[in-house]
Amino acid sequence: MASTATLRKPASGFRISRKMLPYVLSLPALLVCIGILIPFFTAVIYSFQRYRLSQPWARQFNWGENYLNFFTDPAFWNTLKVSLLYAGITVTLELLLGLGIALLLQRRSTVNNFISIMLLLPLMIAPALAALMWKLMTNPSFGILSYLASLIGLHDFRWASSPSTALLTVVLVDIWVYTPFIMILLLAGLRSLPTQPFEAAALDGVPRTFVFFRITLPMLTPYILTATLFRLLDSIQQFDIIYAMTQGGPGNTLTVFQVEAYLNFFQSTNVGRSAALMVILWAITYLLSNIFIKNWLRLRERARGEA
Amino acid sequence: METTSTLEKTLRLIALTLVVIFFMFPIFWILLMSFQTNETILAIPPSVIFTPTLSNYAALITGKLTTAAGTLDIAFMRNLMNSIFLSVTSVAISLVLGVPAAYAFARHKFKGSEDIAFTLLSFRFAPPLLVLLPLTQYFQWLGLSDTYFGLIWVYQLICLPLILWIVRGYFEDISADVEYAYRIAGHSWFATFRKIALPLAGPGIAAAGLLAFIFAWNNFVFALVLASADKQPVTVGALAFVTSSGIQYGQIASAIVLSVTPTLALALYAQRYLVEGLSLGAVKG
Repeated sequence: MASTATLRKPASGFRISRKMLPYVLSLPALLVCIGILIPFFTAVIYSFQRYRLSQPWARQFNWGENYLNFFTDPAFWNTLKVSLLYAGITVTLELLLGLGIALLLQRRSTVNNFISIMLLLPLMIAPALAALMWKLMTNPSFGILSYLASLIGLHDFRWASSPSTALLTVVLVDIWVYTPFIMILLLAGLRSLPTQPFEAAALDGVPRTFVFFRITLPMLTPYILTATLFRLLDSIQQFDIIYAMTQGGPGNTLTVFQVEAYLNFFQSTNVGRSAALMVILWAITYLLSNIFIKNWLRLRERARGEA
Repeated sequence: METTSTLEKTLRLIALTLVVIFFMFPIFWILLMSFQTNETILAIPPSVIFTPTLSNYAALITGKLTTAAGTLDIAFMRNLMNSIFLSVTSVAISLVLGVPAAYAFARHKFKGSEDIAFTLLSFRFAPPLLVLLPLTQYFQWLGLSDTYFGLIWVYQLICLPLILWIVRGYFEDISADVEYAYRIAGHSWFATFRKIALPLAGPGIAAAGLLAFIFAWNNFVFALVLASADKQPVTVGALAFVTSSGIQYGQIASAIVLSVTPTLALALYAQRYLVEGLSLGAVKG
């Protein structure tokens, strides 16, 4: 804000300051973030090095070796598989559920509005804390969900501590936290749709399923795409829920990209492998975010136009 | 839409009830647990009938937990203070840096403005650990690893893009004509910004600030990697608490309740703006 003092002086420097003004205004914000580009490049360099914190003397460039090793590394394929599986399952289920709930709440009424506000609460809870809440509820000795599972015959259901159900459990927590996100975006989308096509269809007695698949869904598609890509970008990077719930375990059941990179860095102190994993994840998210931003911009222009 | 049969109404009602139960039950249950002693928590079958106790909250607030095995120190209040301090300071700095930048992006289509705006936005989508892991080493070299300053700086990556994109949208919605008129009347650029643009975008700025606060508060991975034990916010502190005193379930539940109350309260207060904020202005609420 120091620059504003000079800008307030009238007349003489006006033309220059007017030209420089936008740069002066946005520079501080940019500078704060630019510092982050340095560790980004460092990470890329690390990914091309043999670098273990336990053997600093052996640190040297091994060029693509970290990446080449991935091809024959079952742990890497496991990471890739679990990450894609996690992102695929959570986003699909959240989309179906979120769309369903949005359709249920579409009509504006006091009750519907109240419910849609209530449903926002899980989204506002820190995912790491949400994971702890579910950890308490799935505790084998007193968890209410373990008790309910035993009532329907699932005795000694281990939830996140069993390799066969760990994925299911973290997916459940993810659904609990993030379905409201998709729900509110789609609800806002549904409520902003023009009413004429629906009135015309109702007048003509068009079947409801036809209206849904031929009018509602196509008009809602940009919202669905934006919400889906938004979630996909977050979900493939999920760390908080999985780390707080199981720390990637049991065994390597849930070692998704970020969890695996974290454990590589802090436990096996293999910085090179950790960095290479992050670069690959970055490449995936970069591709996704490019598709996403195009879509999102189109939607944003439309929202601005209607405002 | 009007010709809904009784059957359909019933099905809708059942579906909505299930939805509300699924999303509300965990919050309700943890709230109940926070008023229970370990004895009633461990009772089988679980029951909602118990004599509520404030002992869990008392233990957290005094920081002393007396058990049969002795007293245990709990640093939870410290975590809570850290969360408040980190979130408030980060958002304040983000507003000071981000609002003028948002104004510049909205009012002046200068060379490279879209590129800069997108670079800032792309921070929202990059994997955090990619920069956090090398950053731990830079922080050691720079002497930032044990400071609030370092954390607040990194928290800008959460708050700044959010504030920039939301507030920019609000500035774009204000007609520039009012500002031109005021400028022509002989007022300086800064006076125009302060007296016209800022008040008009006020609600948007407030909403963006509240959202940024919620995101900063809820952040886990930044502090997990970079914060030393005495600087940890509640998200990391609660997890450490679970590991260190794994069997004090009542206290864990009340720690969770205390940790989520601020964000839930703010979310209810600012719910009108959440849709727009969460979609970075792509969807109007």
